[in-house]
Amino acid sequence: MAILKVKDVSKRFGGLKALTNVNLDVEENSVHAIIGPNGAGKSTLLNCLVGKLMPDTGAVLFDNASVLGLEPFQINQMGISRVFQTPEIFGELTVIENMLIPIFAMRDGVFRMHAYETIANEKAIVEQAEAMLEEMNMADKREMHAASLSRGDKRRLEIGMCLSQNPRLLLLDEPTAGMARADTNNTIDLLKQIKDERDITIAIIEHDMHVVFSLAERITVLAQGTPLVEDTPENIRGNPKVREAYLGEAA
Amino acid sequence: MDAILLQILNGLDKGSAYALIALGLTLIFGTLGVVNFAHGALFMIGAFCAVTLQKLMNLSFETIDESQTDFLGNPLKVETPYVEAWFGPETGATIIDWSVPLAILFAIPIMLAVGYVMERGLIKHFYKRPHADQILVTFGLAIVLQEIVKYFFGANPIQTPAPDALSGSIDLGTMIGFDPNAIIYPIWRLVYFGFAVAIIGAVFSFLQFTTFGMVVRAGMADRETVGLLGINIDRRFTIMFGIAAAVAGLAGVMYGPLNPPNYHMGMDFLVLSFVVVVVGGMGSLPGAVLAGFLLGILESFASTTWATTTIPGINQIIIYLVAIIVLLTRPRGLMGRKGVMEE
Amino acid sequence: MFGLNKKDTSLLIIVGLLTLLAPFILNPFPEGSAMAQFNAGYPDLMQRFVIFGIFAIGFNILFGLTGYLSFGHAAFLGVGSYSAVWMFKLLSYNIIPAIALSVVVAGVFSLLIGYVSLRRSGIYFSILTLAFAQMSFALAYSVLSNPKFNLTNGETGLQVYADDPQILQGANSPDLPHLFGLPMRATYTMDVGAWSFDFNAGYYFCAIVMMVVFYLSIRIFRSPFGMMLRAVKSNQQRMNYTGLNSKPYTLAAFVISGMYAGLAGGLMAAMDPLAGAERMQWTASGEVVLMTILGGTGTLIGPVLGAGFIKYFENIFSKINDSVLHSWFAFLPDGLEDAVVFVIHPFIGKGWHLTLGILFMLVVIYLPGGLVEGGQRLLNRIKRKKPKTDDATSGKTEPAE
Repeated sequence: MAILKVKDVSKRFGGLKALTNVNLDVEENSVHAIIGPNGAGKSTLLNCLVGKLMPDTGAVLFDNASVLGLEPFQINQMGISRVFQTPEIFGELTVIENMLIPIFAMRDGVFRMHAYETIANEKAIVEQAEAMLEEMNMADKREMHAASLSRGDKRRLEIGMCLSQNPRLLLLDEPTAGMARADTNNTIDLLKQIKDERDITIAIIEHDMHVVFSLAERITVLAQGTPLVEDTPENIRGNPKVREAYLGEAA
Repeated sequence: MDAILLQILNGLDKGSAYALIALGLTLIFGTLGVVNFAHGALFMIGAFCAVTLQKLMNLSFETIDESQTDFLGNPLKVETPYVEAWFGPETGATIIDWSVPLAILFAIPIMLAVGYVMERGLIKHFYKRPHADQILVTFGLAIVLQEIVKYFFGANPIQTPAPDALSGSIDLGTMIGFDPNAIIYPIWRLVYFGFAVAIIGAVFSFLQFTTFGMVVRAGMADRETVGLLGINIDRRFTIMFGIAAAVAGLAGVMYGPLNPPNYHMGMDFLVLSFVVVVVGGMGSLPGAVLAGFLLGILESFASTTWATTTIPGINQIIIYLVAIIVLLTRPRGLMGRKGVMEE
Repeated sequence: MFGLNKKDTSLLIIVGLLTLLAPFILNPFPEGSAMAQFNAGYPDLMQRFVIFGIFAIGFNILFGLTGYLSFGHAAFLGVGSYSAVWMFKLLSYNIIPAIALSVVVAGVFSLLIGYVSLRRSGIYFSILTLAFAQMSFALAYSVLSNPKFNLTNGETGLQVYADDPQILQGANSPDLPHLFGLPMRATYTMDVGAWSFDFNAGYYFCAIVMMVVFYLSIRIFRSPFGMMLRAVKSNQQRMNYTGLNSKPYTLAAFVISGMYAGLAGGLMAAMDPLAGAERMQWTASGEVVLMTILGGTGTLIGPVLGAGFIKYFENIFSKINDSVLHSWFAFLPDGLEDAVVFVIHPFIGKGWHLTLGILFMLVVIYLPGGLVEGGQRLLNRIKRKKPKTDDATSGKTEPAE
């Protein structure tokens, strides 16, 4: 069953057509990669999925419910978590606090005036956060300020924060952009582990073919704002249309 | 018709001051990205440049005039300003009379220097710090400047009269075909308006027609790219800060005859000028000028007897009301660009 | 204790002891001695310490936690004062209904202003709050004081007149603010040798209120809600994508701090039943910003320290004059003595604001964490330890940016 359905989505910026009639189905519990050359509309598509942009036409359904016109926090509450290109974490807060916030958000919803409670008394939530830190191998960095973490650890923390909410769909926006090879491989391993251990759907936008072919089960190639082809990694590898899109007509 | 025109004219002097201060504030926002709460203090310092010059002009020495006697029958002591002694009584008296306009020459170098020192000595260190810190440190500076002026000049307003030739009123109505006495207008307000227009014109043409101005405008639009071209924007921005300070200062110099300067006049104008900048659109120079005049005129309409009897005190709050409405309906202000001062 | 951890409990107890013993602590010098002018233990000043402490504690909940810099909080203080005086006029001089109404009205008022202002952030927010506060000032000063509808009594200030209804005022109850019969001006003076200590009912009432709201602010700082407020300051984007709506969180913080300000305003009126518009001016808003920054933004104790510091030195500096200075520096040779006095002169007496402005700039430039950070640095230096990289110490969270 497709957990995320994108139907005929188009988006223009002034005279520029960023997306034209994009149709896309992401199957539940799969890893689906969306690739494409620069300017293919990958980020625009992603922003349409999470409520940052409103498509001009078309529909985006998550679990058969429309997400269009909803705020990012509402979409998150439906079960979609997003990992950003540069890690977005609470830099001035400690690592454990970073982990507590998403868990509170899951339990208490978009807003709650829990001003007279004490964090330490929320044992269940603290335990959950600590377990997640353990899983991310970050338990020793519990009290550090998130801003002082290394780039790779920030990424791990952000992924951990998303996972702690048990999302049904995890959206990753070029998660290894700007990373050194070792960090990239660590992230790939982490994502593989997540895929194997959890009931989770992962949609990943990526530039780095190494990452894509190590993880993806389905690949959609986007070119000039429209899906060119959707297939398994093996078939994509040999597809001449994809080569052309990536390398231009000279190839 | 003439009543409406009169209110528009009445709004021009305050509008001019708002526009000039807001113009400087916007220049600083646009170039340096700094929120300057001390800008009102620069306006005030300008006004006190005129006060100082007036005091200097009136420095006098005492002579004893044997030919005259005072009421006790002693020889009369006569105070003669040095200026009159040096230039002769008539020229000297004229110079003293014209001390406010003359203070423009006196104020320009002072204001440029004050602006330069302020930027190099303080503001420079706050480019990379959050806006809240910029607001706070310039707020502190404004208090300090204000208190220094208070220390030297006292807390009471000081009269700085306009030259005799330019004080008094003229019947503006008859000149443009209305009945006599319909529009009586103080000359100095006209002078102030003309002066403001000249300054605004000068700033705009400087930005428009000089290479220096082009670089500054390019830097306001996209600082990084211009920096990559190997152009030293920082130095130019420092100079722009000096110019903004001079604009505020000159606005203050000439404002004296309209309202005697006191040490807290800067703070009073600052709050309103910020509102003007926000209404005009953060970072938009034409917006600042337009909003300055518009709000000045609006304030003048709200001060009519009709308005104040309908809604008592409306003249006191009209600008804030307008600002709140504008900000809520057009968050970027009348002419604001996207992405300016939005985190 | 009280649902706090050890450190917070001891902080609370220390603050409690200091406030309760303030009449002793602030009067260390014998009456009539040369140093007696540095005593601050008289009721009026002590009341101001705690009232402005409350104001700053509340302001810190907004600015310290969420990073939203309001330049209009004095408006809520003013509204609180007016509400209290109206209760005196209409009901009775009992301060309980008066203070209750102050808090409620300030809460409603801050809800309205906050709802509008929080549609924008950053510098726009600061200017919007500034505009609202100036508008409130103008409303109070002139608009709402016309004969047809006189809510504020304009320049004179709102006060209780003999022909006011005061429907609940009993025949025997005191004709000035009181707590169920105990007048706020009641002062018991204890003379011990050359010393004299004042125990004032109003001060102790304010002090107890401050202890309560200080405790509440610790609870807020340590609560999940407080953590969310710090998240607002740190990264709103992440917050949004974590399923949290930052708007109601910020608005709640704004309203809470507005209610603290209203409480402070109500207490002010309870100590002296008069409310004037100048309380709402934006320089007054600037003052609470100053107290919070000076003490240490985002720390628990900072705002209280800042408020005490500023109010103390305002009082002391204003009292020093040239002859006092001459007596201090009399040991110097004559010429030098005059020179020293000449140099210091601009900063004392009426020059207190100059000193304050300079101090403020220095703190923002060199000590963004305020007195609390300064104290910690000093402690670290004394202990000759390296500064801790992570401070979970003494109720300190993050210094403001």
